[in-house]
Amino acid sequence: MSQFAINILFVGASFALYIAIAIWAKAGSTKDFYVAGGGVHPITNGMAIGADWMSAASFISMAGLIASGGYANSTFLMGWTGGYVLLATLLAPYLRKFGKFTVPEFIGDRFYSKTARLVAVVCLIVASLTYVIGQMAGAGVAFSRFLEVDATMGLIIAAVVIFFYSVLGGMKGITYTQVAQYCVLITAYTIPAVFISLELTGNPLPPLGLFSEHTDSGMPLLAKLNEVITDLGFNEYTADVDNKLNMVLFTLTLMIGTAGLPHVIIRFFTVPKVADARWSAGWALIFIALLYLTAPAVASMARLNLVNTIYPDGPSAEAIQYEDRPNWIKEWEITGLIQYEDKNDDGRIQLYNADSEAFASTAESRGWEGNELVVNQDILVLANPEIANLPGWVIGLIAAGGLAAALSTAAGLLLAISSAISHDLIKGALNPRITEKGELMAARISMSVAIVVATYLGANPPGFAAQVVALAFGIAAASLFPALMMGIFSKRVNNIGAIAGMLTGLAFALVYIFIYKGWFFIPGTNNLADIPENYVLGISPLSIGAVGAIINFAVAFTVSKVTAPPPQEIQDLVESVRYPKGAGIAVDH
Amino acid sequence: MADDKTNAAAYWSANVRLIAGCLIVWALVSYGFAILLRPLLAGIPVGGTDLGFWFAQQGSILTFIGIIFFYAWKMNRLDKKFGLEE
Repeated sequence: MSQFAINILFVGASFALYIAIAIWAKAGSTKDFYVAGGGVHPITNGMAIGADWMSAASFISMAGLIASGGYANSTFLMGWTGGYVLLATLLAPYLRKFGKFTVPEFIGDRFYSKTARLVAVVCLIVASLTYVIGQMAGAGVAFSRFLEVDATMGLIIAAVVIFFYSVLGGMKGITYTQVAQYCVLITAYTIPAVFISLELTGNPLPPLGLFSEHTDSGMPLLAKLNEVITDLGFNEYTADVDNKLNMVLFTLTLMIGTAGLPHVIIRFFTVPKVADARWSAGWALIFIALLYLTAPAVASMARLNLVNTIYPDGPSAEAIQYEDRPNWIKEWEITGLIQYEDKNDDGRIQLYNADSEAFASTAESRGWEGNELVVNQDILVLANPEIANLPGWVIGLIAAGGLAAALSTAAGLLLAISSAISHDLIKGALNPRITEKGELMAARISMSVAIVVATYLGANPPGFAAQVVALAFGIAAASLFPALMMGIFSKRVNNIGAIAGMLTGLAFALVYIFIYKGWFFIPGTNNLADIPENYVLGISPLSIGAVGAIINFAVAFTVSKVTAPPPQEIQDLVESVRYPKGAGIAVDH
Repeated sequence: MADDKTNAAAYWSANVRLIAGCLIVWALVSYGFAILLRPLLAGIPVGGTDLGFWFAQQGSILTFIGIIFFYAWKMNRLDKKFGLEE
């Protein structure tokens, strides 16, 4: 069977499974549509959160980021997992107790203000839309590489599948397809990693292999990696970073951004009890950790493998002839994601750090005239099975896994967007008297429109689509997370304080991002070049969300202090979300 | 109902204390051991590198899981102790 046929088989079978689940889990009520009827088991929910959370970025890009950045990019590992501690302790149980359908609804009720609800809706839509475009584009890339269809065609196929299970089943359909998608993506991610770990270290568990001995050299794997890459002029893989302030703020932005992202929070509304919301945060992190503990191992091992492929006799010996390059390099050259240019006309592939001044003399003495191989970081995970010479079915599995990661996250985001439109805008503001049936229809129509818009933007990505980390996490960190947390932990923060806090936090973060990345991300409109020398105190625009959050808290508390406290019934509402037991406790006045 | 109120207030302050403890550990392993305190831990070798690197790429994630399950377990006991469980 050809590789193409195997890929079609794996992807086709997984899609058939998702559609079968959609038909089985059809939503009959708005409660089914928004929160899957509220009866999802915490372990099931944990798995669904895992798939919801782990996007095309986690599956495809993260290992590549760590491989290139080494220790410095550990921020993604800690940032995208540490947020679950905040969710479990600061938000999820209380928002579950509140017992409504959307995140803006809590903000609107707690701060007794339609304006606050509207600000939350706008933040939610901008953050989620930015995020979903990336997923759709990722699905398009996976289709074009593995199924040999045009990226736009691939996008449309992906959109039809998502349409099927999310419009029909709402949160209920999405939950159970996410469980299936989690199983597909985690299998696809770990199998090649196990083989590579076995090959390099003899240890079948990649997270242990990472800190084990490299079989060929008898040195620890990371020490070996440090040795070979420094021989090529790169920084040590485990090297410490100088700018610790930025590293701390970036990690913090990712953590509180994770906790403030609405598509993650609404997944906690689907469990029966408050205690289940706490447990499902724990289960979610276990399922997420299976991938996040594997990723750093994949990263370092793939980087070592790449150097070994190019320099079979070690970096001090000659590189391989271009003619003798392995097949996977040829395959990826076709996509343009690996590029070779023979700068010194010796027919060999010199891969080294041409930007290092300290290494320039070595390079010159060896007759090298520049780095000749450019490898796109994103191919690392996708090319892993080929690099390790694994059988064709593993490649088919990777294709299905990458698509599962993109589709599951896209569906969760689309649900967050459509419920904000049908529940917060239509029912909450425009037409409060809408019937249950009418609202369900409105939810389905908004979902359909959201899918069409996301598909269109996925095919024609606007400038902001590449700024997922800055925009989605920046907004969630600077505006939504602080508002939600103060809504639960303070009875004193009032409507004016919360709105002022959200708006200043958001405006501050956006302006700082726009100054370096261009106003509304239009190229050429930035006031300062996006380089570390220009950053205030070395704080990158990607790390500014955490500072925005601090400003949000400060403004909200100060403004609330000089204005009237919230009315008694709001203070009672705050009391009631704090206690798992039903209404009545301490609300007796 | 005064008792209920005192009871609920005691429950909430116990919860807030527990959260504070959890978040101290959360910050210590990630911002502390993995980032700011890494140079201090540089002398402790782990698999070819140092303890700070291990916390950055593995230890902090494992600790986060531990924190959440500890919190969930402890809160279940608090819910029962104060008679506030569902």
